[in-house]
Amino acid sequence: MLNFNPQLIIPELYMVGLLCILFVQSISDKLKDKIHWVPYAAFAGAFIALFSSGQSDIMFYNSYKIDGLSQFFKFVIFLGLAICSANAIRNRSLGKANHADYFFFMFMSSFGLLLLSSTVELFTIYISLELASYSLYILLPLRNNDPRAVEGAIKYALFGAVATAIGLYGISYIIAGHHTTYIHELATMGWSFSENPMALVGLGMFLLAFVYKLALFPFHFWAADVYQGASNETAAFAATLPKLGAIVILVRLMAFAPGVEVKTLLAIFAALSMTIGNLAALNQKDIKRLLGYSSVSHAGFIMLGLVAGGSYGLAAASYYGLVYMIMNLTIFWVITKLSDSGRNVYVSDLRGLYKSSPIMAFVLAVAAFALVGLPPTAGFTGKLFLLNSAWGEGFYWLVIVAALNTALAIYYYLNLVRHAYTLDEVVPAKIIISPAGKSIALALALGVLYLGILPHNIFSLLVRASSYLTF
Amino acid sequence: MNSSWPVLSTLIFFPLVASVLLVFVRKDLAVRQVSLAVAFIEILLALPLLKFKLGHADFQFVELHQWIPHWNINYHLGVDGISFLMILLTVFLLPFCVLCSWSYIGQRIKEFHICMMLMTSACIGVFVALDFVLFYIFWEIMLIPMFLLIAVWGGPERKYASLKFFIYTLAGSTLLLVAIVAFYVAGGTFSIPELIAQDFSFKFQAWTFLAMALAFAIKVPMFPFHTWLPAAHVQAPTAGSVLLASVLLKMGTYGFIRFCLSMTPEASVYFAPLMIGISIASIIYGGLVALGQNDMKKLIAYSSVAHMGFVTLGIFVLNVRGLEGAVIQMINHGITTGALFMLVGAIYERSHSREIKDNMGIAKFLPAYIFFFGLFSLSSLAFPGTNSFVGEALVLIGAFEHSLIIGLLAVPGALLAAAYMLRLLQKLAYGEPVVEKAKEWKDLNFREWAYLLPLGVLVLYIGLAPTLALKTMTASIEKVLGYIENNEVVTDNERQDLSSFLEQRQLSLKDQNEESEAD
Repeated sequence: MLNFNPQLIIPELYMVGLLCILFVQSISDKLKDKIHWVPYAAFAGAFIALFSSGQSDIMFYNSYKIDGLSQFFKFVIFLGLAICSANAIRNRSLGKANHADYFFFMFMSSFGLLLLSSTVELFTIYISLELASYSLYILLPLRNNDPRAVEGAIKYALFGAVATAIGLYGISYIIAGHHTTYIHELATMGWSFSENPMALVGLGMFLLAFVYKLALFPFHFWAADVYQGASNETAAFAATLPKLGAIVILVRLMAFAPGVEVKTLLAIFAALSMTIGNLAALNQKDIKRLLGYSSVSHAGFIMLGLVAGGSYGLAAASYYGLVYMIMNLTIFWVITKLSDSGRNVYVSDLRGLYKSSPIMAFVLAVAAFALVGLPPTAGFTGKLFLLNSAWGEGFYWLVIVAALNTALAIYYYLNLVRHAYTLDEVVPAKIIISPAGKSIALALALGVLYLGILPHNIFSLLVRASSYLTF
Repeated sequence: MNSSWPVLSTLIFFPLVASVLLVFVRKDLAVRQVSLAVAFIEILLALPLLKFKLGHADFQFVELHQWIPHWNINYHLGVDGISFLMILLTVFLLPFCVLCSWSYIGQRIKEFHICMMLMTSACIGVFVALDFVLFYIFWEIMLIPMFLLIAVWGGPERKYASLKFFIYTLAGSTLLLVAIVAFYVAGGTFSIPELIAQDFSFKFQAWTFLAMALAFAIKVPMFPFHTWLPAAHVQAPTAGSVLLASVLLKMGTYGFIRFCLSMTPEASVYFAPLMIGISIASIIYGGLVALGQNDMKKLIAYSSVAHMGFVTLGIFVLNVRGLEGAVIQMINHGITTGALFMLVGAIYERSHSREIKDNMGIAKFLPAYIFFFGLFSLSSLAFPGTNSFVGEALVLIGAFEHSLIIGLLAVPGALLAAAYMLRLLQKLAYGEPVVEKAKEWKDLNFREWAYLLPLGVLVLYIGLAPTLALKTMTASIEKVLGYIENNEVVTDNERQDLSSFLEQRQLSLKDQNEESEAD
């Protein structure tokens, strides 16, 4: 039955309201540049999502589910959106383009992600995914005078279309195998290869659409080009939020405990993803390109929790999703603030950062050490949870590969820190960063440390949320 | 058992808080004074530790709080006889580190002292953590300030040295993390005392032993993994070298005793011959390479490899004498090598060179300097009456107890130490002075006396009256060996080895008695 209860979807309705305002602004010549309220509105959205947590219901003919997991991800998406929009508020690379348009598409993409975190029916999932992706396809090339932005956007759109097509094709197999598209029904069915090979192959193909979003090997080719091509602000958005959407769906689907074939395949992809991402990142000069490859390797880490499954494994993956978002937004924040006129930042541009802005250097160091996975940052705690859950499920080789990858990754992250703190022979250009920019940077760094030192509350919430998913 | 006053937490967090306060201190001199005050307050805060009960094998001053209950991770601290001495050493060295960088460090003084405070926090944390995750956290945190100490205040090759140090040690400890996770899944807890009490299958022990031993062997460093050490030592500023030599290297050997011997006793027995072999290789190799060095710091760095070889040898001969020698040698090496690095730093401030040839023949002009250099050199080569003699003698007794051949193989190492240290001392004191300026150099000032004298006293104190130090650790060491002996009777093969091993032990018991009478 319809079971429409507006109280339960206040965050989504709030987002629709914001979209309406942005739409009006974008078609009005007078209002199109008055967009300073946007980050505050997004931040308020985070609080709305926070207050709407703790509810649970299923509505729209069993296709839309409000539960702990969805509300957690809605909160995180709003939080990330607030940081991304605050970051993009002085987007210099937009030139004279319409700022309200830019934010309209950013919020539209986030709206798709909000829906994605609640949808529990395969076609609804597919439509939400497309909503999130199409807005992003438009967002990516919005960069003044840079052909690489268009190149990246075309790559992303073409590969993305193929990936979603495969996913759609996978749905047809699942329907053929199990005669339903509702997750709560699918969850009770058998997912081993011997029982129902067609459904399992279909599930594997459907997962690929999301694995693509996550930039997992072998669907990782777009990451570096898209990050490099898009403006710093857009890259910060594209690098973080869409991955959360992918993670929430993967968490829901992996809760089926699919057959060992799919798990093994994903585990192999995870191992290759970590290794290839890190190896490719070793020699990158452009920081965004470096972060693109680093996100490939982090996608591998997230898969660790997903293949392990169980309430702890899924909670660990969700937790790492949050950690991943905060770490990346922190480092992107620093990059965006360093880049005068919105050009790409190279590793050598960090030289002497400590002298020109000790706070930014500190924040960069915290973010870089978090990305490596050094304690006491969130990166370490998140990885520890992932390793624990994967080892508990017997993926010994995968854990060892993951641990060795930490040693691989240290070189290029440490290189960032080393440039920022040493090599002070080069006198850096004076960087002017507003007090607000500095304080948000510090707040993000403290967030990274907080998630590392006191993970208990959030993690127990996630364990509770994912224990309802597993059967 | 929760003690009323959280001594250990205070010791960990006081330097941390102090480092935050230091951010707000403006003047350079004030930074140094505040740091010195912090260092002395840290010593005062360590005074309650003197209530440590001798002869107790269990952990004392235990603090236990829940941290991440889902994974059973706790904030769990405590000390036993082995870690007790290491904490004292760490706390005791901090003011001397501040003093020896008083004029050595001329730029970014505030950041330098903050790094040192963070190092102290992390180092104490490593020695007192009783939760495996907590231990790992401190173990890794310590890399960051040390990396910065080398990378920012280091010599001309600091980029290379700091990266090598960081990557080498981090790469080693990644597998330690895997071992920790494996222990958690197998034992259901991260608590070190609980894991020690559990029995694991031999296969499991062997793999975890290897994973942990790699991390610890790199930290010590043992022979094939030592290449980061000379680079790091030569480039690091004096206080960095002191911390590195005196405290950081001990973490490796501490790890061997606390984790390898206690948690994986069967595997330790099984792999002991390998570890003994590597130790002897370290002793001989370190000694031979030290013999050929012209850079004073490099020479002392290679001598560290040799000295730490003695420590690991003492650990893996798996008997009371050997382990006692190993632990006391850990302390001794901390005092002696730390002091030698301070002396090199002191002469570097005068001559701006660490080459032996630039600092020759200074006995005439700097008598007090040469007095201390002589004292610590003698200690380094284990001259009777100095602290290292006690340690090295105990290790050698342990080695001979274990097997005659191993003992005989280790003896040349002790001779090599005499060769390279006396060569250094002879050239420094009576060599033909190359640099004319040496005449104008001033002898030790008050500040230098202030940090060398206490260390010198300690060298003689432990050398002449080691009983107190030995008493603190004996109970804990016997407990560790208890795990080994419970597990020693494993297979028939090993049982045969054991009987011959016991025979040797009885033979050498006489020597032991004689030795204790001599004490």
